[in-house]
Amino acid sequence: MTLNQQRKLKTILTGLFAWTVALVLFFPIFWMFITSFKTELQAISVPPSLFFEPTLDNFRIVQERSDYIHHAWNSVVTSFGSTIIALVIAIPAAYSMAFFPGKRTKDILLWMLSTKMLPAVGVLVPIYILCRDYGLLDSKTALVIIFTLMNLPIIVWMLFSYFKDLPKEILEAARMDGATPWDEVVKVVLPLSVGAISSTALLSIVLCWNEAFWSLNLTASDAAPLTAMIASYSSPEGLFWAKLSAASTLACAPIVIFGWFCQKQLVQGLTFGAVK
Amino acid sequence: MKRSITRLLMAPSVIMLLVWMIIPLSMTIYFSTIRYNLLYPGQNNFVGLMNFEFFITDPGFIPAVSNTLILLLSVLIITVVLGVMLSALIDKPFFGQGIVRVLLISPFFIMPTVNALIWKNMMMNPVYGIFAWISESLGFEPIDWLSSYPLMSVIIMVSWQWLPFAILVFVTALQSQDTEQKEAAQMDGATGWHIFRYLTIPHLARPIAVVVMIETIFLLAVFAEIFVSTGGGPGYDSTNLAYLIYNQALLQYDVGVASAGGLFAVLLANIVAFFLIRAVGKNLTV
Repeated sequence: MTLNQQRKLKTILTGLFAWTVALVLFFPIFWMFITSFKTELQAISVPPSLFFEPTLDNFRIVQERSDYIHHAWNSVVTSFGSTIIALVIAIPAAYSMAFFPGKRTKDILLWMLSTKMLPAVGVLVPIYILCRDYGLLDSKTALVIIFTLMNLPIIVWMLFSYFKDLPKEILEAARMDGATPWDEVVKVVLPLSVGAISSTALLSIVLCWNEAFWSLNLTASDAAPLTAMIASYSSPEGLFWAKLSAASTLACAPIVIFGWFCQKQLVQGLTFGAVK
Repeated sequence: MKRSITRLLMAPSVIMLLVWMIIPLSMTIYFSTIRYNLLYPGQNNFVGLMNFEFFITDPGFIPAVSNTLILLLSVLIITVVLGVMLSALIDKPFFGQGIVRVLLISPFFIMPTVNALIWKNMMMNPVYGIFAWISESLGFEPIDWLSSYPLMSVIIMVSWQWLPFAILVFVTALQSQDTEQKEAAQMDGATGWHIFRYLTIPHLARPIAVVVMIETIFLLAVFAEIFVSTGGGPGYDSTNLAYLIYNQALLQYDVGVASAGGLFAVLLANIVAFFLIRAVGKNLTV
């Protein structure tokens, strides 16, 4: 075998291997998707059936039974709402820490991250009681507040690591030209970091969309996002796999498709700029 | 810019996080020292450390602590080891790389409740599941995963969610590895293993630190997977701390004991965080 042939073979083997890994990991999702178009009988047939006449009945039934649109809307409001609020609070903080670091900046950042280490169960009881006393149980407001605080440390940290890498000369040049701090942020920093801010926002939206601890414990029906709707399918509907799959597909599809489009930015974002 | 303005810009974030930390935490501390059961309102006398005693002597306590740690460590090891190996193997150009990336990351976007339902029903069901079908086709007895190996089932579900994330972070990191260095090593007769051991692994130190830190944050708090799939059982076999406390608070209405448990979870997380933030903090440029 010549060196060239060897190299070619290697590429083919790598490709085969990578495809195998990817298909194995993707299989459960593929199977859920396929099952959602089966009848209940086909869904539990042994051996599993791969060729069948697809039906849309399951989706219709899910919408009728549990009002998918209502829960999806709750998911959209809570994830986008809390992300926007968190960004508004986090951008000034990250800006000031990145461009005017003090002696304690690193400590503050680590402290913020350490609040993420605080397990949610540790504060479940008080939050539950506070929500009950203020009539916020099963309300979108409570979820938005909690999601905002939950993701704030990660958002500040991610923005900080992006801002830190911006060339300082540009800011100095702007200052020379008489830009006020406000101009500096709005006309220089923000336009330069549109990409960074949007990938931070994406990550926050994904985390909120899939958040299941608070949404399971604090909502019942009115404010229940998709995570909670799906959990309600777990026991009584557990044996109706086709409907369950349809509900799951509906719950995951928006965020999975959303994620496919921005997976590259997401991975870079999630690593706090440690990986370029 | 003046100190005062920079402080002002940080203030909202810092104050909100402080409030978010202090108010619930001090309430938890207070509740943990009184008798507080939602079924018996009005009998909230001070009981000292009795709630802690109750929580620690609860038959679920030891299993819950060990399950929490086993879950954390197993998933970390599985995702980091497999992640590094797989990413090193697929870190070469090949046909359809873009599609493979998209397929690989997908499990990361699946919500935990759906994750648990897919695995519980369609994969691990002992009669109709894919695993049962595979083992029967190969001539083995199908395994009832959730009742025979409950904790392992949860570990599989959670690893499935986080392995893609680890792989993608490592693949992204490997793209910045110096190829000239690798070629020079090859010229000098280094084997594939040597290159992996002495060039690739050191290059991945920082990404590994980041993956470990992010996963730990989420793994200590695994809840939905257990809630939906095993319900902590059978017995306490797949109960972790989060689930045990949830059980005390919202199923047995015992706020006092649940608060004591919550404080214990905070303590455990702090012990883990202490070592972790030290190790990782070094690896993150601030």
